[in-house]
Parts: sequence; C-alpha cells; structure tokens
Amino acid sequence: MYISRLYIYMFPRAYITQNWQHIHHLGLSRNTTRLPCLDRMAGKQNDLAEALVRSGLRAELMPQHVALVLDGNRRWAQARGFTTPEGHEAGGVALRKIVELSCAFGIRAVTVFGFSQENFRRPQASSHSSIRSMISVLTEEVDYIMELIERLIRDNMDLFMREEIQVHVVGDPSRRPASLQDAAREAEEMTRSHSRYHLILAICYSGRWDIVQACRELATKVQDKLLRPDDIDESMLAGHLATNVLGDQLGCPDLLIRTSGELRLSNFLLWQSAYSELYFTDTLWPDFGEDEYIKALKAFQSRERRFGQRKVM
Amino acid sequence: MEGTLTSCSPAVNPNIEKPEDMVKTGVLARFQNFLRKCLIAVISYGPMPNHIAFIMDGNRRYAKCRSIQQGAGHRVGFFALIANLLYCYEMGVKYMTVYAFSIDNFKRDPKEVQSLMQLMEEKINELLEKQSVIDKLNCKVNFWGNLELLCEPVRLAAQKLMASTAGNTGPVLSVCMPYNSTSEIVNAVSEVYAERREMLQREHDGDCNGQAVNNGVHPEISVADLDRHMYSAGCPDPDIVIRTSGETRLSNFLLWQTTFSHLQNPDALWPDFSFRHLVWSVLQYQRAYPYLEQNRNLAKKQL
Repeated sequence: MYISRLYIYMFPRAYITQNWQHIHHLGLSRNTTRLPCLDRMAGKQNDLAEALVRSGLRAELMPQHVALVLDGNRRWAQARGFTTPEGHEAGGVALRKIVELSCAFGIRAVTVFGFSQENFRRPQASSHSSIRSMISVLTEEVDYIMELIERLIRDNMDLFMREEIQVHVVGDPSRRPASLQDAAREAEEMTRSHSRYHLILAICYSGRWDIVQACRELATKVQDKLLRPDDIDESMLAGHLATNVLGDQLGCPDLLIRTSGELRLSNFLLWQSAYSELYFTDTLWPDFGEDEYIKALKAFQSRERRFGQRKVM
Repeated sequence: MEGTLTSCSPAVNPNIEKPEDMVKTGVLARFQNFLRKCLIAVISYGPMPNHIAFIMDGNRRYAKCRSIQQGAGHRVGFFALIANLLYCYEMGVKYMTVYAFSIDNFKRDPKEVQSLMQLMEEKINELLEKQSVIDKLNCKVNFWGNLELLCEPVRLAAQKLMASTAGNTGPVLSVCMPYNSTSEIVNAVSEVYAERREMLQREHDGDCNGQAVNNGVHPEISVADLDRHMYSAGCPDPDIVIRTSGETRLSNFLLWQTTFSHLQNPDALWPDFSFRHLVWSVLQYQRAYPYLEQNRNLAKKQL
C-alpha cells in the first residue's frame, strides 16, 4: 500500500486520465481513480490546494454557487454528423465531468438548467404538414430528454454517494413524467443526509414560474391569516423560491455560465441571478470540459464585484 | 428634425453647461448629420429594436481616466444619455430605458449620494424648462422605481416631469431611479394581493346583498397579473440590454423583463458610448435576431 502511494506521488500523471485500467495492478479500487484531476488521495485539503495551484485558480476567490445553462447539444450533434439524441447523451457525459470538477474545486453548489418550460411549448397546431412534423419531432425530443434525465439521475447515484452530493430537483412537477418524478424523489431521499455539496437540477423550470409559485404560496398564507401583506418583503419572497433549499448563503449563484454563444438569460434563475457574474462562451455544451471551466472560473476571479456599492480603497 | 441634432463626439467636453450647447452648427456638423442619416438608413433594412435598455456604468472610471473631478464624471454621463436618446430617436427606437440609480447605491459614500441627488435635481429641472431636448422630441419621461426613497426636492421634480410629459406621444424614456428589480417584483406582488383583497371584498359585499358576483371561483395568480403591476406595465420588453464598461452582470436590473433580451457588454465606458457603439450594438442584435425571434415565438409569456 505504501509502495503504491509512493508511485502515486512520483508519477501523478498516471492518474490524470480517464482510462484507469492500466493501474489495476496497483490493487486500487475502481471508484477511487475516476477523476482526471489530483483528488482521491490521502489528505483532501492537499489535493484541493494542488488542483487549484495547477490550474492557476485561487481558493479564496472560488465561487460558492455556479449555475450552468446547458445549451448547444443539438448544434454539436449536427456539426459532427450525429443524431440529436447522441448530442444529448454527450451533453450528459460532459455534465458528469463538470460536476466532478466542481466537487474537486470545492464549489459547494451547482445548479443545472436542464429543461425549461419554454421547451415544452410547441408551435400552435396547424394544418401545415411541416409544422405537424415539427411538432412530432419536438414531442419525441422532449420525451427523449425526459428519459435521458431520468437515466442520468439513476446512473450517477454512485457519484452522488461518493462525493456526498445532495440532489434537489426543482421545477414544475406537473409537467414531468411520473417515472422521472419517482427517480427524482428516490435520489432526493437517498441523498438527504449529505451536506457537503449540493446539486440542483432545474427541470421544467422557469424563473417566472418560480416567482409566481412563491407568490401563490404567500397568497395562501395571507389568506389563512398567517401573515399580513405588509410583512412581505424581498427576503420572504426569496425564502419561498424553489432554490431556497440551499439556504440564504448559497441561494444565489455567484457565476452563471451559458454555453453555445447565446447572450440571453432565457428565464432561468431570474431573481437569484440579480448579482451573478454572467459568463458567455461560444463553446457548445458537450465540448465544455475542464479547460473551458477553468477559463470561466479564472474570468470570474478576475472580476471586481461591487454589489452596487463602491469598493472601499 | 433638420440639422439641429447633436453631433456628440466621443470625447465629450466636460465644461458644457447645458445639453442645448451640444448642438453645433456649421458645415462639418451638417455633413456629419448627413452621414449619420445615411448609416441609419442602411441599418434600417434589417430588423430594428423597439426598446433598448442601458446600464450606465463607468462614469467614475471615466473621471479617473481623464483626471477630472468625480462628480463631473456623472455630468458627462448625463450628456451621453441625452446624446444616446437623440440617436435612438433618429434610429426609430421608440423606447429607451436607463438604469440611473440603484437602491443599493444608497449604501455608497453619503457625499457621493448627495452630489448625485443634486445633479439629478438640477438636470430634471433643466429638462422641465420649455425648449429643452425633451420638449423638442415630444418625449415622454417615466421614472421607474420606489420614489419614496428619494429626498423631497428630487421626488417633486421627478413627479412634475412625469406629469408634464404624460401626454407626449414621441419616444419614451424610462429612468430607473432608485430601482431594484427584486423590489419591483415584491411591489408587484403586494399590489396583486391588494387587488385580490379588493376583489374578494367586493364579492363579499355582493354576496351580502344577495347577488353572486361570480360563482366564487378565483383564478390563481398568474404571470399576467404580475406583469400588469410592474413599473414597466405598458412598455414592451427590452430587445437589447447594453451594459457599458465591460462588466457582465445585470445588477438587479429588469430581471423580470429581460428574458429574451440580447445582452451586450461593450468595453467602452458610458461617457464614451457614442453613435458608432450604438450602431455596432444594433448590428449584433440584427445578427442574433432570427434565433431570438424563433425562441420568442416558441415560448409564451403565460404559464
């Protein structure tokens, strides 16, 4: 065991690879060597510091909560001659990698915008055959994505358990298929006790829906005379938003990354992204890997955040 | 509008006292105006935005760069605002919104806040005069925000300006001062509750009188209800949001309304933001327009 540790310290590069099979002879178990960066060795703190130093990032300026908008799967597939489902699958693989990296960098919360209410809106039914075929294609795609998300949740349970990630699924539950609801509930129950990292999957979520549902909850409370309308202020409304599961400290994302060159917010985390640094990149989501992520984090660390006030010199 | 439009060069002279002084006459100015009109005619072939929102960032940095006094940076910023208002009017952009002062900015140094308030009062009073720029354009000015937080003279001046321009039919300038999108949403929420309560009260009275006003079913609160009570009710959503000085944040500005807006963050500081920057913004918007339209059509505003 000590000899293998010595090997690890002398030849760290052997671990920076997805192909772990060549180190099978060391007798290390599969789960401990999946990560590309230097983690999973003795002393988590040392590993984190080393990983940060290698990538040129500073631990004290790391964002606590990162939000990701996964955009560009379809375009990526088209560019490479794959089918759209394959593009979404590649997106799922990229997502797992980014979640692992976030844990390695010590980012406590990651919110992922998987599927919005707007994606559910299909063009109005018309007698035009091309519109009808578009509708059927969109329906199939929507069903496929739902099924993919369910599969992703189930397949990545090992990652969630290993890294102590608490999973939350937010969004309009009435629009999700029953099997996805079950998978989400199971994942939430199994990871309820974890508190180190948080992963929020926003499925069938829309910022406006979130605010309106918080508004409705408060309305029922006002109706039941539990509170007066004058008591409602920003923190109370914020407390009823779906992302409140993270509490006050982590509730708002520090950094919001949007891939595939789209310069819009698209109704994601409206309220919570009031002071987030926005980072837009032209890379399509399946190509968004470690290098791109480090670039985004470096850009975040170089920004001066003032929150409306002047920085005291 | 003939020849009386400004030709504001990028390096604005900080010694100008009134916006009217920016109007230059002479052969060079006329030629510049003509060129500008040609350029606008060319870009008008593509889709033009109806509403542009500006986050006017960079006044203090401009002042530091040019080694002029801090307060003067904001004055120069005001002239840039008027210049851009005129350019937008020439381009046919009907609505313009600017983020003048945030509720968080009250936490700044009291002297700076005081000087900003004085500047705003002075400028609003200037705009109230006859023959001011606002009058010439027949511009309607709105002040969005929680006006109660302002001090008395500024608030009165703002209300007077809103009242005197309420009937104007020209371009609409909305000044967000002091504004926070989160407090706008909370304000809309409390207004919706008040409306509901009144409705329930009227129904209750109707029931007492023996008539059923409706069959007692209340629709749930929806996006449309909140939309109606936002400060921006009646104004279309911004097509472009421009934040100058290169920062990429929204800083609590129009969060509810910018779902499908094209976000841009040019590196120019706000006082440097001139006609060419505006043309470039519009060109970028035109490039992204087909995709934006497609998404807007696929999505509905209501839940």
